[in-house]
Amino acid sequence: MNAPQIPAAILIILIPLMTSYSIPLLGWRWRGAGYYLALLAIGASLVCSLILLYTVLTVGTIHYHLGGWLPPWGIEYVIDPLNGFVGVVVCCLSFLVTLSSRASVEKELADKKVRFYTIYLLLFTGLMGITVTGDVFNLYVFLEIASLTAYALIAIGEDGAPLAAFNYIIMGTIGACFYLLGVGYLYIMTGSLNIADLAKLLPALYGSKVVLVALSFFLIGTAIKMGLFPLHVWLPDAYTYAPSAVSSFIAPLMTKVMAYILIRVMITVFEPSYSLKAVPAGTILSWLAAAAILAGSILAIAQSDFKRMLAYSSVSQIGYIVLGVGLANATGLVGSLLHILNHGFMKACLFTVAAALMLKTGGRNIYQLPGMHRRMPFTMAALAIGALSMVGVPPTCGFFSKWYLILGAIEAGQWVFVGVILLSSLLTAVYFMRMIEIIFLRPAPSGGNESGEGVRDEIPLSMSVPLWILAAGILLLGLFNERIVSGILRLALPAGY
Amino acid sequence: MIDSLMSKYNYWMYIVLMMIGFYAMIGKKNLVKKLIGMNIFQTAIILYYISIGVKKGGTLPVLMEGVPHAAAYVNPLPHVLMLTAIVVSVSTTGVALAVLLLIYRRYKTLEEDEILKLMR
Repeated sequence: MNAPQIPAAILIILIPLMTSYSIPLLGWRWRGAGYYLALLAIGASLVCSLILLYTVLTVGTIHYHLGGWLPPWGIEYVIDPLNGFVGVVVCCLSFLVTLSSRASVEKELADKKVRFYTIYLLLFTGLMGITVTGDVFNLYVFLEIASLTAYALIAIGEDGAPLAAFNYIIMGTIGACFYLLGVGYLYIMTGSLNIADLAKLLPALYGSKVVLVALSFFLIGTAIKMGLFPLHVWLPDAYTYAPSAVSSFIAPLMTKVMAYILIRVMITVFEPSYSLKAVPAGTILSWLAAAAILAGSILAIAQSDFKRMLAYSSVSQIGYIVLGVGLANATGLVGSLLHILNHGFMKACLFTVAAALMLKTGGRNIYQLPGMHRRMPFTMAALAIGALSMVGVPPTCGFFSKWYLILGAIEAGQWVFVGVILLSSLLTAVYFMRMIEIIFLRPAPSGGNESGEGVRDEIPLSMSVPLWILAAGILLLGLFNERIVSGILRLALPAGY
Repeated sequence: MIDSLMSKYNYWMYIVLMMIGFYAMIGKKNLVKKLIGMNIFQTAIILYYISIGVKKGGTLPVLMEGVPHAAAYVNPLPHVLMLTAIVVSVSTTGVALAVLLLIYRRYKTLEEDEILKLMR
């Protein structure tokens, strides 16, 4: 296959990186510039990512050699169907979330918006860098760029935010350092940092204990970073106290990209026959994932804070993604990749609703929401779609990824996990139906008179349009899931899997 | 036993350092001590990387007359990687210190249990 050197592979990083540094320069004179520049840069990246995905699907894997250095020595960017897909997901969601962020940033961070969008774009750069790079150390650098900017963005939130950010710094650094150690162990065994080269050199060394230790460092590092159940403690506080615009950006994307690292390490760097079957990592991952699914759902039921409830539900949804990897068969992995896409859309939709509630009511206690469907009917309808999808009601996309996961679990003969997925759907239904019941069915508080409560108070268009695109996306992804699976995801699976 | 300990003492050093840092991050209540623990943790990993590039009797990784073979030079790549890791570690410390400043301004203390009491 002739490797096309198309510039989109590098522009996808360069455009947001350069734009982020030009925001403070322009923002000096024109304070509103940040929003438009960020939107422009992410839009350009979105176009690049679509070009890349199209090229990957029609021509084949793209290799871009930075500075013209050839692969095992130089850094290369590799785009294959797997990260082409993740790249499009990240760009698409970032674009929609950024579009919706204006009003909420204007309200919560009015005096910081220039610096906010600078760091925001850097975070986006980090996430995209993780996605496109084909070098494990380069991946570590982008991982730290994404983490450092995420710490900063979370810290500017409300009252508890700095402490939440500090805990995240400590946990995140441990995670990233474990990842770095894993890289070091692979380096002393193979002398290479290139993912394709590692995949070629490692099979001869699978007997070595050092390789095994490297694999476990990778596992623990990424598990901390994506908040897999017993290591999730930083996640709820960070998501809850972060500014609304930040949590609706970080929640759908950060943990998904970290899950992508896990998949990349388990599937590409190591061969699945080693990493998931010969070593019991697959079993460990799927049991941890099952614990995450149940614990996240149960903890979510106990919350009265909308954002905290969503954060715990994220813990449980991460469990689904990891379960699909741990099942170690093609159907499970397809379910897990599809869930990266679906959960991204659902969480972006729901956190945007949370941002809308923060914008209009200033609070997010779910018991203060009765009668909200009269005040914000369209927003609450989007909430209902997102909630139904989280539960997994058929026409929405949430159903289909669970479907593939259940099929995968049956294929692997693991009936326990089938039970776990079904039980967790019921638990999810408990906490989302409770919310829907409060919003749609309970009468409005007696404080306001009937006519006063009926007043429409919808969110601005800059927020409601992306929210509705997200909600429509949830339905469309559900309807067209078969095309995504057979057109992209089947190609993303490793050979002979 | 002693032999294998001594011949690989660089690994033992880094593990001991790393565990000291790990303990400080988990066990200490003071946030600055946690931050220092984090620094020790990162430094341990830097030390580990540097030590794997070392060769007994190796010379500077600059091409010299009369030393034609690559085996005679120390491996420079881990050092270069660690330059990046040092930058990362410095910026993490910077961000963490800025966050600590925010915490101190808000609560007037850096003891974790006192802050948790104040947050309630």
